[in-house]
Amino acid sequence: MPQQPQIRLQSVSKHWGATTAVKDLSFDIQPGQFVILLGPSGCGKSTTLRMIAGLEEASGGEIHMGERDVTRLPPGDRGLSMVFQSYALFPHLSVADNIVFGLRSRKVAKAEQRERLAKVAELVDLTDYLNRKPAQLSGGQRQRVALARAIISEHPICLMDEPLSNLDARLRSDMRREIKALQSRLNMTVVYVTHDQVEAMSMGDRVILMQQGHIVQDGTPDELYNQPASAFAASFIGSPAMNLLPLVLGEQGAVIEGEPTTPVAPMEAAGGQLGVRPEDIELRPASEAGIPAQVLSDEYLGADTIAHVAVGNHTVRVRLSGKQALSGKPCKLYWTPDSAHLFDQQGLRQQALAPLALPASHRSVPRPPAVGSFQH
Amino acid sequence: MNLNAHRTMQLYGALLLLPAALLLTAFAYLPTVTTVINSLFLPGFRGEPAAFVGLDNYRVLMDDPTFWKVARNNLLYALGTVPTSMALALGMALLVNARLPGRGLVRMAYFTPTILPMIAAANIWMFFYAPQIGLFNKLLGALGFAGVNWLGDPGVALGSVIVMSVWKEAGFFMIFYLAALQAIPPELKEAADLEGTSRRSFFWRVTFPLLMPTTLFVLINALINAVRVVDHLFILTKGGPNNATNLLLYYVYENAFSFFDRTMAATITVVILLVLAVVATLKFTILDRRTHYQ
Repeated sequence: MPQQPQIRLQSVSKHWGATTAVKDLSFDIQPGQFVILLGPSGCGKSTTLRMIAGLEEASGGEIHMGERDVTRLPPGDRGLSMVFQSYALFPHLSVADNIVFGLRSRKVAKAEQRERLAKVAELVDLTDYLNRKPAQLSGGQRQRVALARAIISEHPICLMDEPLSNLDARLRSDMRREIKALQSRLNMTVVYVTHDQVEAMSMGDRVILMQQGHIVQDGTPDELYNQPASAFAASFIGSPAMNLLPLVLGEQGAVIEGEPTTPVAPMEAAGGQLGVRPEDIELRPASEAGIPAQVLSDEYLGADTIAHVAVGNHTVRVRLSGKQALSGKPCKLYWTPDSAHLFDQQGLRQQALAPLALPASHRSVPRPPAVGSFQH
Repeated sequence: MNLNAHRTMQLYGALLLLPAALLLTAFAYLPTVTTVINSLFLPGFRGEPAAFVGLDNYRVLMDDPTFWKVARNNLLYALGTVPTSMALALGMALLVNARLPGRGLVRMAYFTPTILPMIAAANIWMFFYAPQIGLFNKLLGALGFAGVNWLGDPGVALGSVIVMSVWKEAGFFMIFYLAALQAIPPELKEAADLEGTSRRSFFWRVTFPLLMPTTLFVLINALINAVRVVDHLFILTKGGPNNATNLLLYYVYENAFSFFDRTMAATITVVILLVLAVVATLKFTILDRRTHYQ
């Protein structure tokens, strides 16, 4: 029996005058889920979060929490807490007063406030800083205060609006793990807004990718990575982004524009695009089978090297492990048909068509696993 | 070499300070010092040199009942104008900071009295207060009440002057409060809303404490203005009737330029300076420590 969703959005929309920020958005969130709203800036993800919070009123549609219709309820009556990008700490109050601010508003007894404060401070490792003012804390500590303030309210739902974007890269990866651990420990339902695909992939149970106020794809991180629903989803997830190559009609099938010798997809795919991730492309010596290409340059990144390779009229990025100096060399490109994706003229995934297998190699070399595809 | 470089830097610093130091010396420090000296001497008559009399002038001042009356007036004037204009300024700032139709117009309307010169404002209020043709008495008459002699009745005149000053000052202080309110990040309100904090509770727990630096600044300015600005007295009452609206600085002016008693004027000035110095010290020592500065 499916559980009652904790949050349900039914064709929710938001517009200011003639500008539409969110258009006909519907999704359900189950209790205990960590859901990421992902997308480029201006895609409506923050607006969606603020409508769930009640900080913006939905122009249309309904928002339910459990059995309640909360569409017109003020934020304080919705039973949720929120972590802001700027942390929104009260600068004149001590850390302790900041954390119990909401409990005081809700007139929780003093003794219980103290008890809950002690527990939460322990949980986020702030016990030694309770008497400090926010200005005397580091960015990471302020972030913890904001988290503590959300946790202490014991609301089942916690909304987070790009909470890590003001932190430096190293702290960010620590906090990613910490937030994820807290969420599963306290069994909170989290809706987390970010434009950072690394956060989305590493933290989310489920990622909702948005573009221009629409949902592009709603699935697990694995589905977004392995079965992107559109060329946009394909290019948004993964670093470096998926290679997208325009296909034209060739003699035996669709070929890469400017590279008529090797058919890569059925005839019907021409006019669309072929997508292959840089980590799924194999670079082979020019003497072997594959698509003829030429290495233009290489970028050494430490754990791996990104080679920029000219094929036909286009350039593809290829991820190679370790340090490799290949600049200027002719070579062959090879990928397995199941690692290639076909998109139609509108950029949508072609479910009916499968990419063609490339001419097989006369010797098969096991490829080392791609390392660190999501590390910065 | 190193020492020389150090000297050059010091000279450089001194030169940078020079223009400000010159202006302050010419227009603030020298006059203060000469005022203090003047208050310790009695001028000589028929070319005799001035005689040093120590604190005698202060003793005479302490025995002057008019001085005490004027000092009491000024205290009442400060108590009447400072809290009222500040509360009004804060209220107006909160109002025009909210979403309000035609809010630009309202802001401008509140600020207009500040743009007017004090003399012009006083002239306008003369017409409000005039016993026969004045606006207030006309309105009272229309409602069937007897008119009040707003500026002629010793019991009412100081109150009338206070009301006009509040009207003139509040808009100016509102600008400071408005700027401070707009510097408060809107997320603070949102974070409080999520916890169901009432507007009233948010004001007292967040807005008001965050406005404290502004409140202090405005308080000091209002206090100084209560002593410093007497332009309207020249138009409205000239300190009368029977010194009922006379304020300290106007009394200094009267002594210096009407009674030609420059010594007494200097003595009162020194007393005013001392009182203001005490107020400023209190502000910096007591209130500052309790105020959160960002």
